Amino acid sequence: MLQQLEGSRAVAETVARCRPEVVCAYPISPQTHIIEALGAMVKDGRLAPCEFINVESEYAAMSVSIGASAAGARTYTATASQGLLFMIEAVYNAAGLGLPVVMTLANRAIGAPINIWNDHSDAMAVRDAGWIQLFAETNQEAADLHVQAFRLAEALSVPVMVCMDGFILTHAVEAVDLIDQAVVDSFLPPYEPRQVLDPDDPVSIGAMVGPEAFEEVRYLAHLRQLDALELIPSVAEEFAALTGRASGGLLHPYRLEDAETVIVAMGSVLGTIKDAVDARREAGERVGVLGVAAFRPFPIAAVADALHGARRVIVVEKAFSLGMGGVLATDVATASPASGPDLATVVAGLGGRPITRRDVEGVLERSARGTLPRLSFLNLDEDVVARERARMAASRRSGPFAENVLRDVATGGARR
Amino acid sequence: MTETRVHFYQVGSFAVGNRLLSDADRTVQASPERTNSLDAGHRACQGCGEALGARYALDAAMRATGGRLVAVNATGCLEVFSTPFPETSWRIAWLHSLFGNAPAVATGVAAAMRAKGRDDVRVVGQAGDGGTVDIGFGTLSGLFERNDDVLFICYDNEGYMNTGVQRSAATPPTARTATSEALGADPGNVFGQGKDLPRLAMAHDIPYVATATVADLHDLERKVERAMTFRGARYLHVLVPCPLGWGAASADTVRLARLAAESGFFPVFEAEHGVVTGVRRIRRRVGVEEYLRPQRRFAHLFAGEGRPDLVARLQALADANIQRYGLAPEEE
Ligand SMILES: Cc1ncc(C[n+]2csc(CCOP(=O)(O)OP(=O)(O)O)c2C)c(N)n1
Ligand code: SF4
Ligand SMILES: [Mg+2]
Repeated sequence: MLQQLEGSRAVAETVARCRPEVVCAYPISPQTHIIEALGAMVKDGRLAPCEFINVESEYAAMSVSIGASAAGARTYTATASQGLLFMIEAVYNAAGLGLPVVMTLANRAIGAPINIWNDHSDAMAVRDAGWIQLFAETNQEAADLHVQAFRLAEALSVPVMVCMDGFILTHAVEAVDLIDQAVVDSFLPPYEPRQVLDPDDPVSIGAMVGPEAFEEVRYLAHLRQLDALELIPSVAEEFAALTGRASGGLLHPYRLEDAETVIVAMGSVLGTIKDAVDARREAGERVGVLGVAAFRPFPIAAVADALHGARRVIVVEKAFSLGMGGVLATDVATASPASGPDLATVVAGLGGRPITRRDVEGVLERSARGTLPRLSFLNLDEDVVARERARMAASRRSGPFAENVLRDVATGGARR
Repeated sequence: MTETRVHFYQVGSFAVGNRLLSDADRTVQASPERTNSLDAGHRACQGCGEALGARYALDAAMRATGGRLVAVNATGCLEVFSTPFPETSWRIAWLHSLFGNAPAVATGVAAAMRAKGRDDVRVVGQAGDGGTVDIGFGTLSGLFERNDDVLFICYDNEGYMNTGVQRSAATPPTARTATSEALGADPGNVFGQGKDLPRLAMAHDIPYVATATVADLHDLERKVERAMTFRGARYLHVLVPCPLGWGAASADTVRLARLAAESGFFPVFEAEHGVVTGVRRIRRRVGVEEYLRPQRRFAHLFAGEGRPDLVARLQALADANIQRYGLAPEEE
């Protein structure tokens, strides 16, 4: 039954139906509504015997999750941005230990400058941590992905991060079909751990591993990620058979047949991009979209296949590697044959800057005219940048960058 | 003539022979039923106080819980020397995650056990002084504040030994470490305010806080068992001399632990719900010098003309402990 629900509420209700045994989190916008809702459900007994632990930091939140998961409990947490960075040592550790924790990442920019709005810098900062990273396009998909996430995590002994755009999804109210408890129960069996802290069968977990075995242990973790490339689509298909919904999977191709120009992107911006593509298709242009739903493991073969035949590929991404360029784009380039399409990266939506349909159409136009550079920043105010560069050149003590820029923007020297 | 029972105490140590004790008072180690939680095969240095303390503490915890125990370990000597795989020395369920998060991981294990209806399984978290008073302090304070059902044990060897003997917030003033060299006008570690973890734990009003040393292993065992009679957060701070880091003879570990207590430099007490309920009074008081001299980390206090001024300041710290906890021997 479709209901008007806030994205966070839809996620919380879905996580609840996954029967978590330990939920532990630390508040940070825009993740708060999810854990508040779950906290209330534990408090009123609806999730019994689930434990909800209010901790003093994200580092503790992930660490409690590690302990709970190692003791055999189905464990859930959620964070964003600074919170993810604050727990990063434990994020790597959970994956290294092979603990199937599920975490919602309400994607948000990373400071400084501090910024609570959406982009993908946080997810990209932990892309090598060994977590499966799934990106939701809509609130429906965000909710559904959590059921699949527990299934994948527990089947593979790998933690899964469900990435959903902060505010754009977490705080948006839209129609969501909440999954039935009975469907979840048939899809998600009780958690059967591969390794567990049990006094009746004591094992040591977390030993020092030296050069004699470290590479093999890490390679096994890589293989489990590659296994996920097989499992993610089959789990999504099974889910679709039960619910009729095409949530999850590796890729979301859209109008790719005969497409000469393909935009690759992740998350909620795909909706806007599809609208733009629809408009350009009306105008007779051969354009399409490739949504990347599974960023880690990265579906190299499937991406290569999907981009086969494209002449121009434009990666629109909400993060970048300073001094280098696109992050997703680098992976897409790896998937493209050497003699493959022209590849351009458009960094967009940083710190919550809107990406409109007009913006995307503009990108497609520039691409068609051959004026889209290999790396560009959407709607960058060159004037503001030039002013700050001039200040820096003029004086050594030019002051704090961000505050200078803010002042320029506020006094109208900026965006017109 | 009436018969009087004669107790034979070991000369110097006052330790009573195990055979003279009633069954209930005998050490857990005397029983063939002991777990050997930390078994052979570990790689601790000869005379390692931490290995000794951990073995006694965990075997006592195993007895107290009827074997229903999970241990969570922070990074540090204990973790590294106990799991030179494939030869883990642990015969209990054991998890190591990170250096600073053992308290939170222990909380997670306890939460999982509760959710699974396994309240009978108890959890011990353990770390060195670095993992407790420094990098783990935030998560430990969180555990205390929530009163999570975990016994947390700090094995205090007064420095970061695993990484080569650097200073921690538990390193005593003037002690030489690799990051507080015996150089300059104020050689060794600074006289700071200290970070007295047992008292910080008491400030959280948790059910049980105790200190112990490896010089009195019966006392250590008894405190572990006492701790296990409570639910909620409990904290045990055990002084464990480190021959390598302290520059002491391997054979002197127990003697140094005893001198630390007998000089008042390390106060041995227990507290319930924030109130001191018992102290281990000094039997035969010694000056701190007797404790400091056998340790090379304090050698600069006695070389050449020595630094009687600094020794006096250390003595003042011991005196303050004796005053605070009423540790003075009966006859004084
Ligand atoms: C986050 C982090 N910082 C630093 C280290 C390096 N490190 C490992 S063990 C250790 C010292 C441990 O000292 P302590 O907790 O007192 O235990 P000990 O070895 O003395 O028993 C340090 C600094 C680490 N493993 N992780
Ligand atoms: S360095 Fe110290 S604490 Fe570490 S194993 Fe050796 S004696 Fe034990
Ligand atoms: Mg130490």
